Amino acid sequence: MKRKCDRCDREATVTEVLIKHGKKVERHLCEQCAAGEGIAVQSHVNVGDLLTNFIVQQSGAGEQKAAKGVTCSGCGTSFADFKQRGLLGCPECYASMEPQLGPLIERAHEGATHHVGKTPRRSGAAPDTRHRIAALRKQLQDAIDAEQYERAAALRDELRSAEAPAPAPSDDAAPRTRRPIGGDPQ
Amino acid sequence: MNGGEHVVAEWLRGDGPSADVVMSSRVRLARNFAGVPFVNRATRAQREQVLSMAQDAIVGAAGSRGGVRWIDLCAASPLERTVLVERHLISKQHAKGEEPRAVAVSAPDERLAVMVNEEDHLRLQVMRSGLDLSDAFAQIDAADSAIEHRAEYAYSPRFGYLTACPTNVGTGIRVSVMLHLPGLKLSGEIDKVKRAAQSMSLAVRGFYGEGSEALGDLFQISNQTTLGKSEKDILAEFELSIIPKVIEYERVERRKLLEKRRPFFEDQVFRALGLLRHARLLKSDEAMQLLSHVRMGVTAGVITDVDVKTVSRLLLLTQPGHLQQIAQREMDQPQRRVERAALVRRCLA
Repeated sequence: MKRKCDRCDREATVTEVLIKHGKKVERHLCEQCAAGEGIAVQSHVNVGDLLTNFIVQQSGAGEQKAAKGVTCSGCGTSFADFKQRGLLGCPECYASMEPQLGPLIERAHEGATHHVGKTPRRSGAAPDTRHRIAALRKQLQDAIDAEQYERAAALRDELRSAEAPAPAPSDDAAPRTRRPIGGDPQ
Repeated sequence: MNGGEHVVAEWLRGDGPSADVVMSSRVRLARNFAGVPFVNRATRAQREQVLSMAQDAIVGAAGSRGGVRWIDLCAASPLERTVLVERHLISKQHAKGEEPRAVAVSAPDERLAVMVNEEDHLRLQVMRSGLDLSDAFAQIDAADSAIEHRAEYAYSPRFGYLTACPTNVGTGIRVSVMLHLPGLKLSGEIDKVKRAAQSMSLAVRGFYGEGSEALGDLFQISNQTTLGKSEKDILAEFELSIIPKVIEYERVERRKLLEKRRPFFEDQVFRALGLLRHARLLKSDEAMQLLSHVRMGVTAGVITDVDVKTVSRLLLLTQPGHLQQIAQREMDQPQRRVERAALVRRCLA
């Protein structure tokens, strides 16, 4: 059954979902009325853009709670700058705006909160095994649910090796040579 | 850049595992140096500093293996930049603008490319013909570690490798596979694949990535989330689960076409071959679409007097930049159409 546009007799092809005061409010519109309301309808929506827009829009809700005008101590980028441009200013931004960024990053990465995977040798940071094991368990369950047995077997092996006691850390890390950075060139 | 027209870009060689459906596999890593603002916030001096740090680290990392071509994009001509975009060695965004930026390309195979000062300080990529993500990852991982040996990356224990856009944070990895899906396109099943991929948080893009149309029935599928899953897990998901399903789906559609609608299938591929062999004016998009059908005919064994490599080569050489590079002169659109048709006729004669 085709749904009619809330505002005219044409077929509704656009559904706008808003969360107002914690309640879901849906509107069904045809393309023309949606365009009239300023709701962009693109035939080829880029997922990357969607994700960025999503982050930026979502950040609106948390903003009232968040301290207004949080800025990065490293480069001076404000949270408002980030919302507008979708880009952070420097590596320090992540630490300076962690309370604001954390929830957005979580939503953009399907609920993930912590890094799992490669770590730079020189960072001295051991990969966080707990998060890795939790992530692997979830993936294993997903693979079993999806009846992907080959993948499940690979994940099971990986989980076993992750749960095994870690070998003694090697001390072959390269000597650190830091260059002065950020200054004017000679 | 000279002589590049005689070399087929790695990803268009037309061989490798599942080459009947998979054109190429690509793995990309986003990395930034510690203590330097991201590119969008960096001063000109800082961008130049990133360039010099990157050059030292990349050329140093290549070491005795050598073979790195360092291309200063500010010094490169517009045509040279276009050719690099067509060879998928730089993004369209990286080709534009006048700020200090570069690309390092492994020579002569062009398998590894590192864009410097794009959205992140470094964007490393490795490409392989066919479905070969594990091998591509092994190479990029080694290159990444070798660079990291010489420079310090921005990294946080919680968020992993830090990137200008938080959608890339964590592993910074983007795995993408370029698929040739004429069967699914002809049967109209392609939309199902797109929807399924999107529901799994995967991006489906066209030939030239973000925002581009799927020219020549070529589609890129890539991961969107980079946090909370290891590189190995993301790769395994692609190589063992997602991509094999799409490949099988495409093969089934091609088989169905061949078995149940053979005259239609043959008409599609031979009509395309006929047009390519006799046309006197060819538009770029038209050439790609026709080459796509010829490729399908060749991999199905219906067309026997053309090989996949020739088709792959033409997919690249008929692009505007490459056409002008071969002709060694600038040409406007009408001239390119004449030149394109002539080139295709020569190669398919």
